[in-house]
Order: sequence, then structure tokens, then C-alpha cells
Amino acid sequence: MSDLVAWGWATLFAPFADFAFMRRALVATLALALSAAPLGVFLTLRRMSLLGDALSHAVLPGVAIGFMVSGMSLTAMAFGGVLAGMLVAGMAGLVTRFTALKEDASLAAVYLVALALGVTLISGHGTQLDLLHILFGSALGVDTSGLLLVAGVASISLVALAAMYRGLVLESFDPVYLASVASPGQRGWVWQQGFLMLVVINLVAGFQTLGTLMAVGLMMLPAVSARLWHDRLGAQLINASLQAALSGAVGLLLSYHMDTPSGPTIIGCAGALYFASLLFAPGGWLPRWWTTTHRVA
Amino acid sequence: MVTPAAVTLHNLTVSYRRHPALHHLSGSFQAGSLTAVIGPNGSGKSTLLKSIARLVPPDKGTAAIGQTKALQISVPRPRIGYLAQVTELDKTFPMKVWDCVALGCWAGAGAWGAVTVAMRDGIDGALHAVGLQGFEDRNIGSLSSGQLQRVLFARLLVQDTQLILLDEPFSAVDSATSAALLALILQWHHQGRTVVAVLHDDALVRSHFPDSMLLARELVAWGATADVLTTANLARARSMAEAWDESAAVCDVDALATVLA
Repeated sequence: MSDLVAWGWATLFAPFADFAFMRRALVATLALALSAAPLGVFLTLRRMSLLGDALSHAVLPGVAIGFMVSGMSLTAMAFGGVLAGMLVAGMAGLVTRFTALKEDASLAAVYLVALALGVTLISGHGTQLDLLHILFGSALGVDTSGLLLVAGVASISLVALAAMYRGLVLESFDPVYLASVASPGQRGWVWQQGFLMLVVINLVAGFQTLGTLMAVGLMMLPAVSARLWHDRLGAQLINASLQAALSGAVGLLLSYHMDTPSGPTIIGCAGALYFASLLFAPGGWLPRWWTTTHRVA
Repeated sequence: MVTPAAVTLHNLTVSYRRHPALHHLSGSFQAGSLTAVIGPNGSGKSTLLKSIARLVPPDKGTAAIGQTKALQISVPRPRIGYLAQVTELDKTFPMKVWDCVALGCWAGAGAWGAVTVAMRDGIDGALHAVGLQGFEDRNIGSLSSGQLQRVLFARLLVQDTQLILLDEPFSAVDSATSAALLALILQWHHQGRTVVAVLHDDALVRSHFPDSMLLARELVAWGATADVLTTANLARARSMAEAWDESAAVCDVDALATVLA
């Protein structure tokens, strides 16, 4: 029995108890799970599941400029990334509002231009190594300032999402009705832009913890799985956060014990939960075969 | 007795890519009137409702509501109950029936305000009025199109506005549901609200709607239903709506008006 306890301690808790870098990685991942996963649920509801990918590329020129100005400074790169992401989201919003293009089309166009600019900047002033580091950051390398960034972004984003909740739900569900009842200061684009800004800051916070592409994974994979489990929005949001947190903790432990890169391992865990959800969730595949009875009314 | 106008159209023109969907429309919906807007497909009926609800900007002219002058921006927007065609709403969204009806409180509660006990009672009452008690916790996606239309009417009841615009309220709805919804519309008329409804059923319009407006991008006829729904008017509307000229010349009615003025 004591062997089992000792084994459990060594497997599940010792890595975090013994190493500060593991503790920082865990806290950063849990904070991101709380704030990013609910945003992912809204993205899937708005049929913009791939927007996270687009925006993660759109921040590149800002990150590159931040790097060129102050070197490998997290603050400068994060600031540049947020600025570039907001600029892209804002420009796409303007295009949507004043032309015949829809939200996804205008975003696709603007982010591709931004990506081209970012790659040009990086290849002109840095090396291939820099690009890789920016795109595939490491959870195990999070320092105190990175932790503060992630924690700050997660706090702001949770409070902001709570404040925007009703407007965002209505704008996603029935934008025409919102336009017919809302005062001009609360028209649909206000909610939409505010929401996109939250997505941007979460992605930028995630790129240092997990790497930009992996940050998108933590935002979208739990969100997609969560939608299979519940038909209430509130339950989906909580489920997404829980799945993201579970993937984060298990992924870090796995990467510690098996000596694999942390970001991809975390996303791999989220992927495993996704496949499990596909099979076993009420909206998944197997329940369709199990449920053979139906009610009379 | 002259009743005040609820909606006044003045030379209203709305176009998509320079082809007019509505062409130089003038006139007014009297307060408390019940008007059916009829016309062939593509005759600008939906566009008319959208421009009254300020969802599409007019090219020329105005659609003024109540006593508001066109340029009085400081005056708060008059509240409008607008029912879009069902296709414009996301039926897959995880939304309870009760919550959807509660969205009718937006004008009172807004994005942050509380939904008061009185509002809750109003929501329950509205669900009862459309015959959907017991459906509160169902998801929107699990409803039939007739039931969904009842939900949207309940939301209009909660909105409690003096001006109600309905875009094809009876499409994809069975006869029992449309009878129930029609009863609600007649009740609104009885309460003195102004109702404008886009409809396709001429028999229904003849039997229940005192006023009619026949559109074919331009105004064909507007007035008492018996005078509007004549064979000659309907034939004229059909021939006008089908004309579509990709390279039509630029309309110079306004230029002419400027010269004459």
C-alpha cells in the first residue's frame, strides 16, 4: 500500500513539488485553460473554429518587430503581438462593416498579408531559429514575467468575457435581432471586436507558454470536444475549461516522465480527450448505437 | 379625424449594387393601422421592413418613425419589434426557449441589467400566450419551425413595442399555428399598435388586414385592401417585378425634381 502511495506521489506530485519550472508551467497552463477554452467554445459557435489559426499567424509581424527593437524580450514581443493581432482583427472588422465581404473572408485576406509581412521581417533580420522559437515556445521555459503575463491576461479575459457574455451570446445567436433592438453604441460589431481582442491577447499569452500553434490547440480542441457533451452553453464552457486543465496537467506530467516536448504533449492529451469524446459523449458516435429505446412522447 | 403617422416614408430608395430594390417610395403607415405588404418575389418587401428597422441604409429619402425628424439624432431611437425571416437565425446555437424569449427584454435590461421579477412574469406569460408552456427548458434546435415561430412571437410580446414589423410570419407554419399567430396579430391591432406584415396569402390579407401595400420595387397601390388587391393591380405588379435590366440607365427622377424645384 505504501508502495502505491509512494509511486503515486513520485508520478503525480513529485515533479511539481521538486521543480519550480514544473510548478510555473502548471500554473501558466491552468490559467490559460480557464481563459482560452471558453473563448474557443464561442469561436466554434460562430463557425470560426479556424480563426485562432489565422490570428496566431497574424501576430507574427508584431512579434518580429518587438524582437527587432528589444531582442529576446518577452514584454516587447508580447506587446508587438497584441498590437499586430488587434490591428488585423480591427482592420478585418472594418472591412466586414463597410464592404460586402463576410467576417471570415476579410480576416483571411488581412491575416495573409500580415503573415507575409511577418515572414519578410523575420528572414530579413533574424535567423530560422528565432522563427521556430517564437512559434514553438516551451512551457518548461516560463519565467516569472511570463507567468505574470499569462496570469494577467487570464484574469482580464475572464472578467471581460463575463461582462460581454449576454451581448456576445445574442450577437452570435441572432445578430439581426440585436441590430434591431440595440442602441447604436451596442451594435453587433462592438461585441464582435471585443471578443476578437480577447482571442488575440489569449493567443499572445499562450505563445510563450505553449507556442503560438499549440496555444490555438489548447483553445480549440477542448472547446470542440465540450460541444459534444452538453446542449447548454454554460455547461460547454465549464467542460471546455476542465478538459483544457486536465490536458495541461496530464500533458506536463507525461512530458516530464517520457521526456517529450511539453507543448505538443499537452495538445496530444487534449487530442486524446477529443477522440474519447467523439466515441463516448452524448453527441458522439457510440451512444447512437447504445440508445435503442425511445420515449412515447 | 387625422390619426398621426407611425411611419412616414419620404422618397425612400434602397438599392443593392445600384439596382433599386425599392424605388422612390412615399407615404405613411397610420398609427394603429394593420397593413399587409404584398407583391411578387424580389419586389422589395423585406427591404422595406429592414429600412424601417434601420438595418439597411437608404440611398435616398427617409423612413421616419413617429414624430422624429430625420436629422434629430439626439432623440432616442423609437423601439421597434422586428421579426426577420426565420432563416436568419442560428438554430444550432445552444439556447433555451425561455432564454430566447427573455432576449425580448433587451430594451429594458440591456447587456448588463437584471431581468426583474416583472420581466420573468412577462416571459412566462408570453410563453403561455403562444401555447408553449412546458417548453421552457427545451433547446431552440429541437423545435419545429412552427414552434420556433411561436417562440419568436413570444419574444415580440415581451418586447411590447408600439410598432411591429413582421417579415413573412406564416411561412413554413401549419394552419393551426398560423391561426394562433394571426389571433395575436389581430390582438395587437386591437390594442392600438401599428403592425406591418409581409404576406403571400392573398385570401388571408383580404379577410383580416384592413390596409394593404402592393409593391413591385415601386409602389403599385397602397390603401384599403379591397381597393389594392384588384386583378388589374396584381397583373401590373407581376409585369413590373419581372423586368430586370442589367444595364438599366441611371434613374434621373431626383435630378428632375431638383430642376423643377
